[in-house]
Amino acid sequence: MRFVLNIGLVITIAAGISSCSVDPAIKPVLPADNIEQVVPAGWPQPVYKFENNPLSVEKFKLGRELFYEEKLSADNTISCGSCHQNFVAFAHSEHALSHGINGSFGIRNSPGLFNLNWNTSFMWDGGVNHIEVQPLAPITNPVEMNEDMNNVLAKLNADGKYKLLFKNAYGDEEVTTERMFKSLAQFMGMMYSYNSKYDLYKRGEQGGNMDAQEMAGYQLYQQKCASCHTEPLFTDYAFRNNGIAVNINLQDSGRAHVTADPNDRYKFKTPTLRNIMLTAPYMHDGRFNTIDQVLNHYASGVVQGPTLDPQLQSGIQLSAQERTELKAFLNTLTDYAFVYDTRFKDPN
Amino acid sequence: MKKTFLLIVIVAVVIASCKKDPVDEPATPTPPAATTGSLKIEFENMVDTNELVLNSETYVNANNDSFTVSKFKYYISNIKLTKSDGTIFTESESYHLIDEDVTSSKVLTLSGVPFGNYTAISFMIGVDSTRNVSGAQSGALDPAKGMFWSWSSGYIMAKLEGNSPSSPATNHGLVLHMGGFSGTNSVLKTLTPSFNGSMANVSSTVTPEIHLKADIAEWFKSPTTVSFATTHTIHMGGAAAKSIADNYADMFSVEHIHN
Repeated sequence: MRFVLNIGLVITIAAGISSCSVDPAIKPVLPADNIEQVVPAGWPQPVYKFENNPLSVEKFKLGRELFYEEKLSADNTISCGSCHQNFVAFAHSEHALSHGINGSFGIRNSPGLFNLNWNTSFMWDGGVNHIEVQPLAPITNPVEMNEDMNNVLAKLNADGKYKLLFKNAYGDEEVTTERMFKSLAQFMGMMYSYNSKYDLYKRGEQGGNMDAQEMAGYQLYQQKCASCHTEPLFTDYAFRNNGIAVNINLQDSGRAHVTADPNDRYKFKTPTLRNIMLTAPYMHDGRFNTIDQVLNHYASGVVQGPTLDPQLQSGIQLSAQERTELKAFLNTLTDYAFVYDTRFKDPN
Repeated sequence: MKKTFLLIVIVAVVIASCKKDPVDEPATPTPPAATTGSLKIEFENMVDTNELVLNSETYVNANNDSFTVSKFKYYISNIKLTKSDGTIFTESESYHLIDEDVTSSKVLTLSGVPFGNYTAISFMIGVDSTRNVSGAQSGALDPAKGMFWSWSSGYIMAKLEGNSPSSPATNHGLVLHMGGFSGTNSVLKTLTPSFNGSMANVSSTVTPEIHLKADIAEWFKSPTTVSFATTHTIHMGGAAAKSIADNYADMFSVEHIHN
């Protein structure tokens, strides 16, 4: 009897231990291929929550391979990673515009990629309505990858590497558009950037001590920038004409290209200020190489026009000291933990 | 003593939770009698009374512009069948791409249709707004089918391409891509072409076939007469697409039903 009781005791204790073995208060160091949804403290709920696309390490890995896969382009020379480079928060370093295949050029600057799950739309004109169908735009655009999806599927189906990757991710080798796009959405959706000095400051964490200059810059930002570049994502995702002169070579009507509404002419989506010091050049066509050029524009370069954002009619004036302070604050928005995150490196 | 009592309780709980419930193992079950069958819908693409022949045949629209057709594709979705007793069968995952160039695409087979006499059908031309905003899709809705706008997300609900000497576009082309799923310019149309008193009788022995005529002439007839001199290229949602969609809202008619 005593023996039986002891067995019961052992079973009970064992069950208790196994259910309590992970203390939720202690966050383990993330392994290289950890993937989990993140909603940083104080942020709104994301738009995309991986509904109908359950996260798995194998799907994330497949997405990573696809992101760096040049076979997505017609002549097998360009991948997503060609124009979205890891070391500059997935913007395109030193490129106002990016080159597609056959020496062609696009008309818009390649933006950084992070916190995409909060996007209410994609592209400078908001033409794409869902993270999962976003890759279709660059893949099929004649001045970018210029490829037909059926060719992409055929190329990947003929590649032994992908047979294995799709099997690991989905249970069989079949390469489909839906699987491709959902895996890419997992890879891109994991690009969370929320560990800049500013974030550490907001959370009261170690490393988040802002100096007087940065704090003054933060206050200037709140007075003069925050109505469009709204915290915590540092964009309100709205479309605005910020008064930059129309580029006569590109004749880009912006949001109106999608809506055909004259009231949307020359409006583009507010870009985030997060990682701004990494993502030069600036503006929808990459015309400004430095933050000073951007601030010069807001000080004295705003072009009046019927769709100009009303808030910018008198521009934004800053003294030399204020400009230094604001730039000091913008520097605190760089998230090195994100840029150095090994999960996003080209695996090959 | 208290401890011993606790242990006994724990053991009792453990044993109880481990006890296997007796399972009723049914003897070889007799399969339930079938209560559902199939129904076919066959699409016959035409221009007025002429069968559509791609590329080679020349037709005339209501404005007297002659034209040829090189591509004709459209989505049919959300098919519902109404039985004589008023009950409605709703096809699940009801998305079909009809392509004149792909013979097999022109016959749909609906399965799991409860036995009975059906007196009405309803369906949508196009893809409902939900699936236009729901990310990566498969099957008929796979963007690789070439019926999805990559630069302005949304399905091309219907596509007609061809040529007309009246068209001032390059090579006198006609490129009519009908899309737009929201707002005042939505091209989505739900149709209920009449069975004209006939019924489709689904039973264990009969798979009825509904023959639906799709008449391209209706695209250009009423309420707005379309001139190819002014309307020849549509590649985004908007008033022009809406105007043609209002025309084609009555393009389908039930020719006959085989039982």
